[in-house]
Amino acid sequence: MIQADLTLILPELVLALFAMAALIFAVYAGKDKLAAPILWLTAGLMAVLAAWIGITGEGSRTAFGGMFIDDGFARFAKITILLSAGAVLVMGQEFMARRDMLRFEYPILVALSAVGMMMMVSAGDLMALYMGLELQSLALYVVAAMRRDSVRSTEAGLKYFVLGALSSGLLLYGASLVYGYAGTTLFTGIIAAAGEGQAPIGLLLGLIFVMSGLAFKVSAVPFHMWTPDVYEGSPTPVTAFFATAPKMAAMGLFARVLHDAFGGVSADWSQVLALLSLLSMFLGAVAAIGQTNIKRLMAYSSIAHMGYALMGLAAGTAFGVQAMLVYMAIYVTMNVGTFGFILTMERDGQPVTDISALNQYATRAPGKALAMLILLFSLAGVPPLVGFFGKLYVLRAAYEAGLAWLAVAGVIASVIGAFYYLRIVYFMYFGEEGEGLDRSRASVPAGFLMASAAVMLFGVVNLFGIEGLAQAAAAALVN
Amino acid sequence: MTVASLAFYLFATAAIIGGFFTVVSRNPVHSVLFLILSFLSAAGLFVLLGAEFLAMLLLIVYVGAVAVLFLFVVMMLDVDFAELKAGMAQYLPIALAIGVVLLMQLGIAFGDWHVAEGAEAARAAVAPEGVENTAALGLLLYDKYFLLFQLAGLILLVAMIGAIVLTLRHRDYVKRQDVLQQMWRDPAKAMELKDVKPGQGL
Repeated sequence: MIQADLTLILPELVLALFAMAALIFAVYAGKDKLAAPILWLTAGLMAVLAAWIGITGEGSRTAFGGMFIDDGFARFAKITILLSAGAVLVMGQEFMARRDMLRFEYPILVALSAVGMMMMVSAGDLMALYMGLELQSLALYVVAAMRRDSVRSTEAGLKYFVLGALSSGLLLYGASLVYGYAGTTLFTGIIAAAGEGQAPIGLLLGLIFVMSGLAFKVSAVPFHMWTPDVYEGSPTPVTAFFATAPKMAAMGLFARVLHDAFGGVSADWSQVLALLSLLSMFLGAVAAIGQTNIKRLMAYSSIAHMGYALMGLAAGTAFGVQAMLVYMAIYVTMNVGTFGFILTMERDGQPVTDISALNQYATRAPGKALAMLILLFSLAGVPPLVGFFGKLYVLRAAYEAGLAWLAVAGVIASVIGAFYYLRIVYFMYFGEEGEGLDRSRASVPAGFLMASAAVMLFGVVNLFGIEGLAQAAAAALVN
Repeated sequence: MTVASLAFYLFATAAIIGGFFTVVSRNPVHSVLFLILSFLSAAGLFVLLGAEFLAMLLLIVYVGAVAVLFLFVVMMLDVDFAELKAGMAQYLPIALAIGVVLLMQLGIAFGDWHVAEGAEAARAAVAPEGVENTAALGLLLYDKYFLLFQLAGLILLVAMIGAIVLTLRHRDYVKRQDVLQQMWRDPAKAMELKDVKPGQGL
């Protein structure tokens, strides 16, 4: 039995063992000199694992007495997580190495955090959920404070840690209530206890606390306060990481808990999600308008995007989950490209995050400006681009589930939000002549920027077949 | 009233009194001592429940290590607790209001107290039969919950890496011990004997 179980968690096992081996090797031989090779190896391994999961995975199987679930949904999320984490690692290498921040622990911590994320989306038990979540978060707190000589970075790490501990407390309290009323921590047991229409109120109370804890992890309003400060304070490659893989993992976990454990009471959680989604979309759209720092702006942008993804979940249907998955995959791709651009923003060798520095950028680097223009239009959800289809999917899911008011609110919020994306475009093409950015030599981030923009442009043909994959994944989760 | 229920009320009262005085004591050292009293009483409650392993764990880990660590911190660091508590009066009303709301919500939940069907049975079904609870814990932890146990190990590893990454600095001007160099030192070369004539010096 144990052998079959271990075979099922082999990708996680390989990644964890690799991280530990790399740690020992680097400590004994070379320390930070080995940081770059370890980083490339980690990213390579992540890509290989993603391919492996995509090719060999089939069907729905469970291991360790139901605590670990390997199904289409988990695989979809894992591939997105691994690919984006690998891309962000590679993208930030040059940036960190040039500023003497590249330490060999960074790729190792990211790898361990990815193991936690993979456990999260595969969790079939409240305890496994918590273990995965903590493994992920703890590594994130450390990488946020990685630049320990910078006050901002330390502040970001500390803030993230304290608020994260609070949210973990909420989640644990909810989990203990759920266990008390359902008598088990296994999702299969909870759905049996909650499924028969008459769910005990204590169980629902526990669900609300669990949802609050998870909403913190996806930074949905009103649990979003940490996001702008942490995004701004962390080193930019780390911010890029925060904006991609952990968001996908937390959304995956959200969907997993709601459908696998509380699928029977979807009417009860759907209204809570609808409220979270509404608040996130509007706060994200309105609060970003006044920002002058592009990292803070991306923080509010990610809050708004999480609002749309939650709208898909709020529908409570298989189509809603499919919409959420498509939306998240598109969101992650766009963010990888956008942060690739932010990583190339520099003046006199120093990173610049001020939006006004982008004035007249188009005359200096027309290619990159065009790619960024495409990405920004896509982030705003302007029709011919892929970002529009992501929004269309969640709006349709919400409308078909009878949440027409939420869909209308989503359209209004996206119109408001378009303002601040287009403002950057305005600066790049029509801004005043001023002290601009240097021509960046960083080729890897620029490559990701171009690739991501190309995906946004050419993906409109068939979204690269992602709809079908997401549909299969959603069917595995909701039944 | 049986001895067991007498012991329960004794421990329960002591735990509550200990907790209360932990919060209200003016002297932080007294606070920690009351905290230890509270831990001890909780350990007694665990023994009454038949969970003697948890009781011992509470004594060893919390009383033996955590509370003593607290005591050291309190005694070593010059923390002005009066200043820390200064904002208390200001925030007390809103804190109380939130507490009351939370209590009322919990009251609603407990007012409708019915656990799901079979919850009691499901809870009891986990424990292996015919083994005392220390052995049962071991069986569960290292067998059924093997995955969680290993994940907990990974989490501790991350915590350790984090502590080292964030605090360890390699300073060049610090003298470090090099054991091998020490062992390979040749006494013949390391030392030079000089015959100093009286009254002349070197």
